[in-house]
Amino acid sequence: MTSFFLKRLALIIPALAGVSLLTFALVHLIPGDPITIMVGIRGLTPERHAEMLHQLGLDKPLWQQFLMYDWNALHGDLGRSIFTRQPVMTEFLQRFPATVELSLAAIVFAIVIGLPAGVLAAVKRGSWIDHTVMTASLTGYSMPIFWWALLLILLFSVQLGWTPVSGRLSAEYWITPHTGFMLIDTLRENDFDAFENALWHLILPAIVLGTIPLAVIARMTRSSMLEVLGDDYVRTARAKGAAPWRVILVHALRNALIPVVTVTGLQVGMLLTGAILTETIFSWPGIGQWMVQAINQRDYPVIQGGILLIACAIILVNFLVDLTYGLIDPRIRHPR
Amino acid sequence: MRKSIAALALGASLAAFSLPALAAKTLVYCSEGNPNGFQPALYTDGTTFDASSRTIYSRLVEFKPGTTEVEPGLATSWEVSPDGKTYTFHLRKGVRFQSNFGFTPTRDFDADDVVFTFERMLDKSNPYHRVSGGTYDYFNGMGMPKLIKAIRKLDSYTVRFELNQPNAAFLADMAMDFASIDSAQYADKLAKENKKQDLDLKPIGTGPFELVAYQPDSMIRYRAFPQYWRGKAAIDNLVFAITPNASVRWAKLRAGECQIMAYPNPTDIKAMQADKSIEVLSQPGLNVGYLAFNTEKKPLDNVEVRKALYMAINKKAIVDAVFQGTATVAVNPMPRTIWGYDQSIKDYPHDPAEAKKLLAKAGYPNGFETDIWAMPVSRPYNPDARRMAVMIQSDWAKIGVKAKIVTYEWGEYLKRLGQAEHRTALLGWTGDNGDPDNFLNTLLGCAGVHTTQNIAQWCNKPYQNLMDEALQTTDQSKRAKLYEQAQVIFHQQVPWVPIDYSTVYMPMSKKVRGYTISPTGAHIFYGVSLE
Repeated sequence: MTSFFLKRLALIIPALAGVSLLTFALVHLIPGDPITIMVGIRGLTPERHAEMLHQLGLDKPLWQQFLMYDWNALHGDLGRSIFTRQPVMTEFLQRFPATVELSLAAIVFAIVIGLPAGVLAAVKRGSWIDHTVMTASLTGYSMPIFWWALLLILLFSVQLGWTPVSGRLSAEYWITPHTGFMLIDTLRENDFDAFENALWHLILPAIVLGTIPLAVIARMTRSSMLEVLGDDYVRTARAKGAAPWRVILVHALRNALIPVVTVTGLQVGMLLTGAILTETIFSWPGIGQWMVQAINQRDYPVIQGGILLIACAIILVNFLVDLTYGLIDPRIRHPR
Repeated sequence: MRKSIAALALGASLAAFSLPALAAKTLVYCSEGNPNGFQPALYTDGTTFDASSRTIYSRLVEFKPGTTEVEPGLATSWEVSPDGKTYTFHLRKGVRFQSNFGFTPTRDFDADDVVFTFERMLDKSNPYHRVSGGTYDYFNGMGMPKLIKAIRKLDSYTVRFELNQPNAAFLADMAMDFASIDSAQYADKLAKENKKQDLDLKPIGTGPFELVAYQPDSMIRYRAFPQYWRGKAAIDNLVFAITPNASVRWAKLRAGECQIMAYPNPTDIKAMQADKSIEVLSQPGLNVGYLAFNTEKKPLDNVEVRKALYMAINKKAIVDAVFQGTATVAVNPMPRTIWGYDQSIKDYPHDPAEAKKLLAKAGYPNGFETDIWAMPVSRPYNPDARRMAVMIQSDWAKIGVKAKIVTYEWGEYLKRLGQAEHRTALLGWTGDNGDPDNFLNTLLGCAGVHTTQNIAQWCNKPYQNLMDEALQTTDQSKRAKLYEQAQVIFHQQVPWVPIDYSTVYMPMSKKVRGYTISPTGAHIFYGVSLE
């Protein structure tokens, strides 16, 4: 197990180096520079432009900028935002909990609905249940997030008034951020009204963000279940008289789970990407919205640092997924 | 890491300092984005100004609500020397600064605060000059470092600005956001504690609202400053709910999650006006959208050609299509709301036949090839430049002029305009201070050639002379006459096709009382009450 763990860990270093090089190259390929955007139509002389480039260190050769950046990054310094002049790390840490909270809610929603739906569709293969689940998941998978979000807002928030339109908490509450997780912070302050309010705020964005993973999980579970349900050991289990639900949940599902865990792990990466759109629509103060703004403003340090940190998070999740395989399937833990 | 925790704790300490009561009157404003910071001197964007200069700070002179007329602010009166080079301000007594967790002022506002505010921007050796990046773009962009020779404190309540040359727009400049007054006492205290940057992060001003807490991408909370020198605001708390998407802002307004919103989609205006619980205020904006001819490039250096291209364009059709009734056709290079606007100038008619004749006379009977640059972004003076460009392209095709539409990403677009790569380009301007100079000289003066300001590259001697003379004249009616003459030259020389003056809309709940739209695009909540 230890060598398995170390091998996985060693793969992380080249991955991060690659990410940092790629982001750096991509960021500098986008036309336009932060200074012209910062100053806008309020005239800028070439001299002043050059002076500002120099102040920000953007006049150095690219390779020098890249080496400097990596050197600082290795020391935990990701630079400062060109616009807010705050350290990138601070800005990231302020926002990351919001994204994690939303992503967790979305993935819980996706698993809680997607897994049973997939199992049910597999067990009742060819029935109306199967058809409904498959049609719904295909629709969910192909839904443009932006449109889906606006549709839900118009129905549940504007027409019915059940859920708030956007944000994490209503204006009448103020919760001091300790952990950055609104649900935890409200409970810490024993403010149950605010907790309930935060929960209502979480519902629509979690549904929107969880829709695609839900569809993927449901389809994956179904096909994986269908495969194992036809296997010999399932027939054996049935033959020895195990209860039908026990055959499905214990014998079949556990074996069907490996590919499902894999796609769920991959979906976490997708969630962080999906969060960019979801957060923008729901004014959710997470890293998605932060990155969009940084890209629009060509805030180089924020884009580079943000992507590097997001990459770290995704790599970490995949690492955990790899470890989970080991737990589910002993063959991976003890390679022969 | 420790730093980041400290920054997180900033929000915490501010919140612990004040938790606004729930029952108090709270106005929630759906704003369009994060401020870049809370120090107006460092920035140039309206979103930052709304959250800082217009809430937390005050200035020596200010714009009268809903106008660009200058009225007393922290200065109660002022004198201008006969040569126009010295401005003496008499300061208001008994003005309190706000306080925060680490600072309580022990003295009232006085001349030291004014001197500190301006020296920070002007004097490279000032200990605060380089703090927070030290870029004072608006101040520099308005030519202040060249204009201001010295600032002197004559006594505790009198300050004198000495200028290098007379500039009649100086007073209006002092009402602009970058001229917001900081507390010198607070700055001294922070300098001693080696926390200079806090001056820009934890702002202290003399304005109507004090900052309570800011959570990026989420909300900004203010409470009314009880000792505000004009009197406490009618609302107790002010919340900016940061909502970048215009459709979502509209949904929040309908759902009652905010009472007033910024920048509606032009396509939503009709639905808003039809909604019984919503009131939509509107006012002509302080802006102009235009098509500039690069007068350095052939054949656009020929005034007959420019006139022909002008007359070929159906401006009315463009304004109707692009703005759907939310703008009016422009004639002069500045909006009608500014004093000095020349009412007597009649626009050239839309007349393709006459345009064709003019082209033939100029030696282009079969037309020529050119380009139209279209901005990639939506702005109040031009929400859809691409569509506008297509309409101009088809108008010109009718007189044989083939135009190619060119567009770049916004930063790149501006950079290339500054390098005069275009032949014709769409752009616009929103005024800073309501002075005619801010349109006529900034956008068409010789100093702006080969920058993003005078993209017509048009430097006309008689026109420039009028600009210079007007700046050195303090009598407003005399200045107005000079600007009227300048508009006549503009009309004869046609460096641009002025296309539109757009209207500003502000949708709000019917419970909101007393809001006035500011022509400069500022969102000001002092004076607003809730039913």
